[in-house]
Amino acid sequence: MNVSAAIETMVSNIDASAASYLDACVHCGQCAEACHFYENTGDVRFAPVYKLDLMRRVYKRHKDPLAGLKKLVGLVPKELTQTDLDEWSELIYDSCTLCGRCTIVCPMGIDIAGLVRKTREGMVAAGVVPEGLTGAAERALETGSPLGIKPETFRKIVAEQAEETGIAIELDKPGVDYMVILSAMEILNFYEVIGALAKIFKKAGVTWTMSTKAYEATNVGIQMGDKAVAKTLVSRVVEAAEELGVKYVVSPECGHAYSALNWEGPNLVGRSYKFQVIHILELLEQLRVEGRIPTKGKDSRRLTFHDPCQIVRRGGIVEEPRNILGQIADNFVEMSPNKEANICCGGGGGVSSNSNAEKLRLLAFGSKKRQLDEVKPDAMVTACGNCRNVMEEAIDTYEMTMPVLSITELLAEYIED
Amino acid sequence: MSFLEFVEGPLWYVAAAVFLIGALWKVVGILRLGRKADLSIPRASATAGAVRSQFLHFVPHGGFPFRTIYHLTAGYMFHIGLFLVLLFGAPHVIFAQNNIYALPWVTMPYWGFVVAAQVAFAGLILLWVRRISDPVMIKISDKDDHIGSWLTFLVMLSGCMALQESVVALRATHMLLVDMWLIYFPFSRLMHAVTFMFSRGYTGAFFGRRGIVP
Repeated sequence: MNVSAAIETMVSNIDASAASYLDACVHCGQCAEACHFYENTGDVRFAPVYKLDLMRRVYKRHKDPLAGLKKLVGLVPKELTQTDLDEWSELIYDSCTLCGRCTIVCPMGIDIAGLVRKTREGMVAAGVVPEGLTGAAERALETGSPLGIKPETFRKIVAEQAEETGIAIELDKPGVDYMVILSAMEILNFYEVIGALAKIFKKAGVTWTMSTKAYEATNVGIQMGDKAVAKTLVSRVVEAAEELGVKYVVSPECGHAYSALNWEGPNLVGRSYKFQVIHILELLEQLRVEGRIPTKGKDSRRLTFHDPCQIVRRGGIVEEPRNILGQIADNFVEMSPNKEANICCGGGGGVSSNSNAEKLRLLAFGSKKRQLDEVKPDAMVTACGNCRNVMEEAIDTYEMTMPVLSITELLAEYIED
Repeated sequence: MSFLEFVEGPLWYVAAAVFLIGALWKVVGILRLGRKADLSIPRASATAGAVRSQFLHFVPHGGFPFRTIYHLTAGYMFHIGLFLVLLFGAPHVIFAQNNIYALPWVTMPYWGFVVAAQVAFAGLILLWVRRISDPVMIKISDKDDHIGSWLTFLVMLSGCMALQESVVALRATHMLLVDMWLIYFPFSRLMHAVTFMFSRGYTGAFFGRRGIVP
């Protein structure tokens, strides 16, 4: 384990915003109230502020503008050790989904999830990353997908969807308006979304394609805190999209993928793209408003919507899914809290890929379960393949009976023939 | 030079200088760390987000006030009481007019001082009780938290004891503790009184570009 590398990385990660955060925190502990890991376990180590303790110590010792004077009188925290990094690995990777709910309760408005991400980068430098994530990163770099889905498999899945819907889906087609990318979970488990997109786009007259060089939106580098991996994975999409000359890349139903490509991507590759990124929810809403996707009938079931954290609270796409559901759902009901205060599924931020965190993830779902028990929906709609997979597994574990639906697939069901 | 003259004279000026220079050094030092330019295309205004964040975080939103009512109530009791006493307490206004500025200033009546001080005391004690009794607070609290709480408590206590202005030693004790508090301020978490604006602002600006302020 390279402790020095971890410290150096964390020091270099402390910019003006991180320093402001670490200086403004008064240890009020209110963030614990917002954390589903603390709420469902009662383990005080899971209080979000405690997860920041490594960064706090590094800041106070190395980057605090008054650290020099404080060192003279022995008022700086101890240097990080191997034991600290080992102990915090569980707090940084297993019990934090980077959902950012703690920020809304913080009187200082501290972006705690952002600081956890910066700590993860230190962990990567030290080599203290759960195997589930390093394995996913290796597969993503080797095969193009964290789940090891190779281009030939992808082609086969797309061909099956084209056959099932009777709509031709052209891969690697240059000059079209949109290039769609998908999350690994969608390609492997929820591939019906490809047919749904084909149906919607045909109706709307959208020209689109998918690239066999970059079909994968999942960015495990963002989840584990490895900028080099994140940059490589974003670059693949950018290069493929620019080679095809598309105007837009459609970010799929995946929380962190949107953040990776749209918000962090340009900073990772060091330039603006020659295309625009549009989230599938934004595109569907745009097509809906333009009247290009007329629907027929409405779903009469009691439906609710799970807000994926990275798309809603940390991505700014709040009303679009509600507007879409307003067109196709007759009995929509909100969970409480919702929108930017939503409760995480429990498996974001790489937690679902981390086998060490399996038990915690299912416990953390307890908060979402309580929300669902209050509303008692017939089905839950969401816009993230990972949330969907995590919640389906948790729903089975808790012996609940409720389908979890993709908003794109649901919309496609109601598109006029 | 009497002890009172010392703590209201040379020591006061040293403490005020440490407070001002230390706080300024810290703020400039933090801001000089800078932030890399964000190359992503903004959906909305970062500035508007930063401004919104300043107000948004005065009260936890998203249904949390009910879960954090103890801390919220105690926090506001302490801070409002403290600011009323500090800014409008007659002895403070007179001291400031004699030593810092000579502008006309409104003062609270005596009973107002007492009520505001009691509210501030109640708030501070409630916060401290939570710090030593709540399992999360016990886990996360360090020496700085306790020193800051106790120093502030002793400044307030000695100030109330000196309110009658009949015993010189009490006024001197209060001033000594005030001087210590001022010197401790830039080196401690008391700095949150200044850095909270930057913390809220950076988050507001960062997410404001994304069209939301969490």
